Amino acid sequence: MKQVITLNVNGAPYAVAVYPSQTLNEVLREELNLTGVKLGCGSGDCGACTVLVDGLAVSSCLSLAVDMEGKAITTVEGLAPSGEVLHPIQESFIEKGAIQCGFCTAGMEMSAFHLLKYNPSPTEAEIKEAISGNLCRCTGYVKIIEAIADAGHKMANTGGETS
Amino acid sequence: MSLSHFDHYAPATLEEVFSLLQSKGPGARVMAGGTDLLLKIRHGALKPKYIIGLKNIRGLKTISFDASAGLTIGATALLAEVARHPDIVKHYPTIAQAARGTANPQIRNMGTVIGNLCNASPAADNAPTLLAMDAQIRIRGPEGERVLPLDQFFKGPGVTALVPLEIVTAVHVPAPPPNTGTAYLSLSARGKMDCTAVGVATMVTMTGKTCAGVRLFVGACGPVPLRAPKAEDILRGQELTEEVVEKAGTQASAESRPISDMRASGDYRTEMVAVLTRRVLREAHHRALAC
Repeated sequence: MKQVITLNVNGAPYAVAVYPSQTLNEVLREELNLTGVKLGCGSGDCGACTVLVDGLAVSSCLSLAVDMEGKAITTVEGLAPSGEVLHPIQESFIEKGAIQCGFCTAGMEMSAFHLLKYNPSPTEAEIKEAISGNLCRCTGYVKIIEAIADAGHKMANTGGETS
Repeated sequence: MSLSHFDHYAPATLEEVFSLLQSKGPGARVMAGGTDLLLKIRHGALKPKYIIGLKNIRGLKTISFDASAGLTIGATALLAEVARHPDIVKHYPTIAQAARGTANPQIRNMGTVIGNLCNASPAADNAPTLLAMDAQIRIRGPEGERVLPLDQFFKGPGVTALVPLEIVTAVHVPAPPPNTGTAYLSLSARGKMDCTAVGVATMVTMTGKTCAGVRLFVGACGPVPLRAPKAEDILRGQELTEEVVEKAGTQASAESRPISDMRASGDYRTEMVAVLTRRVLREAHHRALAC
């Protein structure tokens, strides 16, 4: 039986009727139309579905929506809430050519966001560790690592996160 | 990619968990982080009718440390929390290392050490170190609590000593004796993203130049994480010279019974048990002398 829950996504509350067996990924994509969140492997291996829950990067494909009441969820859409001004992470991904097919991008950016929130000047090793749960099927990792380091500089210079 | 349907409960007390388990019967499963359980449902290996989440139970998430009483990790404490907990990093560095080496950052922000143990994979990354450190598992049922040495908990792949209506509430690790060192090393085909193909953990306690105590466990080389008692016998009471360490590695290898599967061949695993045993013994020995 469906139950009505309130999800706090990118700062806004959404009342939504969900089955207990629906994952956060399904609800974000199919009920809230936040299709920036991708579904890759569905097994927690690829990281394409990464979102932040109460500030922690998690796999939305292995999270139950009913477990998410009262928690703050951030998706890639939340990085650029105006829809016009991009987040420094997104700017750097474009500038450094870190996007090829784009399927991993949202998950990569959320893992980068998680890292840079706690550590604005990461070493290359720390960046690699932070995206170790995100697979890029185009194998464009070098540019992604460069973009994350670049975004870290930008965010440090502008006094931290912008959203 | 949808999951088969189930009802979901998120009780606030253990008493409610037991009464739900009782009333719902074998179709009910308890869930901590869900990273193993939901995966099994996704793959059709399990079709529970009811899921009982443990995350809302107060006190179950606690990690507590006391220099004499030791370390207690609660059932819903996340792998990421164990990996970075200052007391664990300082006093139980190998437990932190094993948690940090489990899966990927996202999974460590969702999954739990206790869940990794209860899933009872022979390759569970957190098992060998906790076994080497003589951990005990705290089990609660409607009748009360029982405490079991972790080395009696694993009964086979996916099978534990839990009986119906019981759940694990915590794992307790005693304070290590003075002059003790621990180490865990694992190998897998593609780094930590992959399931461990072979892992070895040890705890070595020195008295002067002599190895006064040792526990040695091998992961992913048998139906459960295996102890290597004969290899321990070679080490106990001896100076840990290269020759003794070499012999213990060969013996640990002889005591493991790995299968060949997609992760590694049995022959490779057998070879690597010897190599990793020698490496963890050297490392733990070194750490024991340094403290």
